Amino acid sequence: MEKTVRSVKPLQTIRPTSGWAALNLREIWQFRDLLTTLASRDVKLRYRQTALGVVWVLLQPLLAAGIFSFVFGKVAGLKSPGMVPYFVFAYAGQLGWGAFSSTLSKTSSCLVGNAQLVSKVFFPRLVLPISTVFSTLIDFSVALGMMFILLLLFGIHPSFALITLPFWLLIILMFAMGIGLLASAMMVSYRDVQYVLPVLTNFLQYGSPVAYSVTMVMTRLPVQYHFYYMLNPLVSLLEGLRWCLLGNNAPSPEWGWVFYSVVVSAAVFVWGAFGFKKMERKFADVI
Amino acid sequence: MSSSDLAVAVRGVSKSYTIAHNAPQHTTATEALLHKMRHPFERANKETFWALRDINFEVNKGEVIGVIGRNGAGKSTLLKILSRITEPTTGEIELYGRLGSLLEVGTGFHPELTGRENIFLNGAILGMTRREIERQFDAIVSFAGVDQFLDTPVKRYSSGMYVRLAFAVAAHLNPEILIVDEVLAVGDAEFQKKCLGAMQDVARSGRTVLFVSHQMQAVNTLCTSAIYLENGKIGFMGDVQNAIQHYMSRKQTAPLEAALIKRPGSGELRFTTFTTDKGTYLSTDDIHLEMEISSFSQEQPSYFISIEVYNSYGLPILHLDSRLLNQEYLLSAHRRLAMTIRGPRLAQGDYRISGVICSPGGIIDKLDGGAEISIAPILPYPGRRNDCANHATYYPDFEIEEKTVSQHTPVEGAVETAAA
Repeated sequence: MEKTVRSVKPLQTIRPTSGWAALNLREIWQFRDLLTTLASRDVKLRYRQTALGVVWVLLQPLLAAGIFSFVFGKVAGLKSPGMVPYFVFAYAGQLGWGAFSSTLSKTSSCLVGNAQLVSKVFFPRLVLPISTVFSTLIDFSVALGMMFILLLLFGIHPSFALITLPFWLLIILMFAMGIGLLASAMMVSYRDVQYVLPVLTNFLQYGSPVAYSVTMVMTRLPVQYHFYYMLNPLVSLLEGLRWCLLGNNAPSPEWGWVFYSVVVSAAVFVWGAFGFKKMERKFADVI
Repeated sequence: MSSSDLAVAVRGVSKSYTIAHNAPQHTTATEALLHKMRHPFERANKETFWALRDINFEVNKGEVIGVIGRNGAGKSTLLKILSRITEPTTGEIELYGRLGSLLEVGTGFHPELTGRENIFLNGAILGMTRREIERQFDAIVSFAGVDQFLDTPVKRYSSGMYVRLAFAVAAHLNPEILIVDEVLAVGDAEFQKKCLGAMQDVARSGRTVLFVSHQMQAVNTLCTSAIYLENGKIGFMGDVQNAIQHYMSRKQTAPLEAALIKRPGSGELRFTTFTTDKGTYLSTDDIHLEMEISSFSQEQPSYFISIEVYNSYGLPILHLDSRLLNQEYLLSAHRRLAMTIRGPRLAQGDYRISGVICSPGGIIDKLDGGAEISIAPILPYPGRRNDCANHATYYPDFEIEEKTVSQHTPVEGAVETAAA
């Protein structure tokens, strides 16, 4: 470049890159219009193509909570902690789990689902997974509204802990995004990731306190296994989310394990984002 | 002065892909893992394929550069690197201005969304800001001529409307450097003309355009200079006429040996050579095809040869069968045949020639697309005007003769004759 004297500097220089690269958040900011347009596309399509529209967003966690309270509450005879009906207890669990699983499934499929865009247009690829978060947040807000209605109906008073809600949601989304980013990058080369992931997600749901409480596990599981159970970061995160919603009716999470989960989630998120960025350059060649 | 005129500088750009040879391509991780378990010590026979090799050129502001070359010459790869969809393996590119690329019309269009929503979606995907799209919105709608259907989902659009809307958004993309790939290959003749006009406007407004096309006609009318790519290298760069000459004089030969075993047919005989004398012909040119046939067995079936010429849509256009000439062959060890297709008068475009060796018992060898040729976009008529013959398959020799008419019928209009 220095060989010839230039009065003008190039607006942009394209060079090969290798190894770990910076996330280049400034570039993502430049493409914020694309980000919001893609996000609004997802939201519009979701509500336009379904006959039930917004009802469906509510129906899903309500049905899940109904099934859980029947199977775990009635058939298996588990007790929900405090004075909360099992249905409300399970709904609160499903709320957090729904945010996790929908973020995971949407981010993981965002590259393959938009293969056309990836191979024909340039934009920072991270825009795609980030844009999916909006529709998850909207779904979450709708379901959260239902949660408050349930709390009112059953006369449950949330405690001061409610203000920690954004914290739990943030950490859960970070954890889901981290896994989702890695999965989406792997899916570009290996399509079977998209078949394996739902199965693993299903296992994870039963390994997490969605339909049952951690207290239940602690009383029934032999002590030597407790440690391994708690290694799943979702255990304390979902428990924490439920605690902040149900107030004194749910046991507070163990803060040591919460700290552990935050660290793991943040690490997974950072790993996912940089891993995605690292694999990004071969997406268009392979997809 | 001259340095500030520079729009794009490409320096030593190469792009390689790795192809694994004996290892079949695995698309699932399970497959890859199973293969690894079955053949733990096998080393994949990897080969590096250079799609582009040491490309150097500079484009000044306001230039319209045509990029031409055969399929696989690296045109698309070059455009993808310029538009940052994929990275170069080596080299660097300097861009002196905002770059917009148009590798496909209607990228990201969603059938469920309305025309209005798709304008915003597609515009954003092409890199326009929301405000830019709002400013251009009316112009886009009137260019596409879809005013009444703005709030209809585009899945209910006719394909013509769909393409018009898609191109309209793209035509209002206002980058300083525009990259265009083959978009003119869509739509009806009238709309193509409109697109060409839009491209010309872009060029006249002093912006820089890189334009990839197989349509020499379009390259010829639009471009100020051209780059001819050949096997990933620059074969020629300079004025358009010369570049097109280079493109036309090169012929395509397919490597036959590599694919020998995989070809269909019983395999007693195989084509070992299958070449045309040129790569590009005029419509009235004779096409000379040379074939060598080798024997791979002791048996000596009698056989005949059948040649088919397919157009770029994969439709068989010509069929030539040695039985029509009452020619059947008895196999000797090695045979060399020369075939002449006399002035087929085909329309402009790319064609693939396939050869089949048949015996009464069935197919012995089938060579799909053994040779590829192009017919130049020059009509075989004197005083030709290209715009009155656009979508025909053949241009037969014909003439119009004027007959005397009875006196009471008034005759108006010109007297026309056309002959080859």
